[in-house]
Amino acid sequence: MTTEDIIQPENRVYGKPSLMNDTPMHYCPGCSHGVVHKLIAEVIEEMGIEEKTVGICPVGCAVFAYRYVDIDWIEASHGRAPACASAVKRLWPDHLVFTYQGDGDLACIGTGETIHALNRGENIAIIFINNAIYGMTGGQMAPTTLMGMKTATCPYGRQPDLHGFPLHVTDIASTLEGTCYVTRQAVNTVANIRKAKKAIRQAFENSVNKRGSSLVEIVSTCSSGWKMSPEKANQWMEENMFPYYPLGDLKNVNKE
Amino acid sequence: MKKDIVLLKGNEAIAKAAYRYGYDGFFGYPITPQSEILETLSLDKPWETTGMVVLQAESEIASINMVYAAGATGKCAMTSSSSPGVALMQEGISYMAACEIPGLVVSVGRGGPGLGTIQPGQADYYQAVYGGGNGDYHCIVLAPDSVQEMADFMGLAKELMFKWRMPLIILSDGVIGQMMEKVVMPPFQPRRSDDEIREQCPWATNGLGLKGRKYNFMSSLELDAAEMQKRNRAMTDKYNRICETEVRYESYKADDAEYIIIAYGCSARISMNAVDRLRSEGVKAGMLRPITLWPFPTKKIKELASHCKAMLTVELSEGQMVNDVRAAVEGEVPVSFFGRSGGVVPSPHEVYEAFKELVKP
Amino acid sequence: MTEEIIISGFGGQGMLSMGKILAYAGIMEDKQVSWMPAYGPEQRGGTANVTVIVSDNPISSPILSQYDTAIVLNQPSLEKFEPLVKPGGTILYDGYGIYKRPSRTDVNVYRIDAMEAAAKMSNNKVFNMLVLGGLLKVRPIVTVEDVVLGLHKALPERHHKLIPMNEEAIRKGMDLVVKV
Repeated sequence: MTTEDIIQPENRVYGKPSLMNDTPMHYCPGCSHGVVHKLIAEVIEEMGIEEKTVGICPVGCAVFAYRYVDIDWIEASHGRAPACASAVKRLWPDHLVFTYQGDGDLACIGTGETIHALNRGENIAIIFINNAIYGMTGGQMAPTTLMGMKTATCPYGRQPDLHGFPLHVTDIASTLEGTCYVTRQAVNTVANIRKAKKAIRQAFENSVNKRGSSLVEIVSTCSSGWKMSPEKANQWMEENMFPYYPLGDLKNVNKE
Repeated sequence: MKKDIVLLKGNEAIAKAAYRYGYDGFFGYPITPQSEILETLSLDKPWETTGMVVLQAESEIASINMVYAAGATGKCAMTSSSSPGVALMQEGISYMAACEIPGLVVSVGRGGPGLGTIQPGQADYYQAVYGGGNGDYHCIVLAPDSVQEMADFMGLAKELMFKWRMPLIILSDGVIGQMMEKVVMPPFQPRRSDDEIREQCPWATNGLGLKGRKYNFMSSLELDAAEMQKRNRAMTDKYNRICETEVRYESYKADDAEYIIIAYGCSARISMNAVDRLRSEGVKAGMLRPITLWPFPTKKIKELASHCKAMLTVELSEGQMVNDVRAAVEGEVPVSFFGRSGGVVPSPHEVYEAFKELVKP
Repeated sequence: MTEEIIISGFGGQGMLSMGKILAYAGIMEDKQVSWMPAYGPEQRGGTANVTVIVSDNPISSPILSQYDTAIVLNQPSLEKFEPLVKPGGTILYDGYGIYKRPSRTDVNVYRIDAMEAAAKMSNNKVFNMLVLGGLLKVRPIVTVEDVVLGLHKALPERHHKLIPMNEEAIRKGMDLVVKV
């Protein structure tokens, strides 16, 4: 008796999206990236547009995103994903073009590219993983690191006189005329995962239908960088990140 | 008069040749002395005729990354800039070389270093030929010396960069960019269709035909050092083949010459006067003009060195290409240098005086 | 035939356009041409110049050490380019812009009161065409007919209505020029 004999399609309650391959993920236990990757694969599959999709990976933990989802990917240099996406979308106007970026990539080294792509109203979707820390390089301060939060480069906690303030990049994006959809989501609970998926779907539809720029921020954990267990990290995020980065839509011009 | 003979600036010729040769996209940022390229494209609106995309980017860094991504999807894309702007693009050029992505950078040189001047310069020879970006890589470098070549090399650039899958630099200067000459414009070539891109660029990351193939990705990241070396070795093999097959130069009265100027771009034009003047005085003078600065015409220069008495390189710099000429002749003949830098352009008379110094017994 | 010309004056006097029209007329006669401006910040308000070469043969250097003809429209331009005119060459200057006349005796010197004429016509825009007319009278490099053809080619359609006015100015310039 094989697995297929036991697991009949009518009994199946959950399946891996076919666009996710079997490459083992390099993400740490409890990391939000894996969940968001899966949502992206599901949405592209459900929309049936994998032959008209180009994804742009960042530099940061998601640098290897191209290994896990079976679509065509371009690895951008640090921070330049929105510039890459702008060019691809203009040259392939009927495609879904999205970037996948972390806080350091999107809101620090690539702030210029982010703001200008959104302000031009490029018909792209930006998935923004905000975990308030540089994960890949070993837990240094990010532009979105909270006040008082400890990282490898603010070991005594983030202080305004030394480090300045957290950058509300999503709030800024919502004020730009080129954006049509700006939302903040999380993937810490099943309910939130469902909401995040809906948000990604809307952002991707906006790209395909040329409605303007969409930014989906996913407030995320980094258990390794935060030096917490996955469970504790989720709890810490709810208690500290959510009050500072509240979930919900900041802008949705296409809403009925 | 034929219909397609026009009077154009070098920069305008680049712009008009771009959409005539079927380029898909231009992404750039204004900087003197090359802003006419983006201005001309904006005025001519090729997006309404050929469908070519023209975008003024937020910076040179964004521009080159747009070219990188456009090329990754199999499109024929370009940017243009001048010295300090091209300096900002070096990271992107290195990424393009690493991922073997075709794309064109038109570099119209001015006086440097730093912000420098806006007057003509050729001090970006090292930047273009030896790569300002990190790692082992090369770009094919074409050096036009006329407005006609500015137009023609747009076609050659497209052919070469897709043939070899690599970035290509048209290294021009403020003289060739700003001067006007008459140009025979190339006929319109259509942009490639999606089917043609799919057929000619199976490596491209555009989603086309994904269901029938493994997915493509463009990345220069490698965790395994041995694997990275393997990639580098493969590229070195490619570079060696390019050195064997793609060297281009123009010989001006050089083949029987005893005294030879080596110069490219505007310096070659200025030096021609000196060659003609010395010839009229009975001196066997000539000039070799490298058209490809990489690959460099090393063999040809070595061959000329075997039967000439002395060489002079003329550059708008403090002496860059002269080192490649010295390496090529391997000490066989003395190689002198005459240069003006920082935006100063020598007169033909000054070059003549410098050239005449060589002939003195 | 090769004519190597420098046109120099204040930025805004229309020298670059004048050079361009001359070059275009050269193309109409199937000649080789080059037009090389001294571009840069000095263009705005300061002294600007353009080198124009019209030749039956391929042109080597677009930048020159000496000129057959210098058209100088202000004093600094005269001082800079007077020594660079070949013996037997031509200097054409505007009577208003030059207060200290050329002193060389081995060149042909001409004056054109184009600034004054343009002011009388209350049309500064034809100043450069008056000067061009003066040049073509003393150095018939190209014909007026080819200049007009060149204008048709060089100007966008919407400006073609201005061509008769420019042609008139060129012909007027031919009458204004005097040998000094």
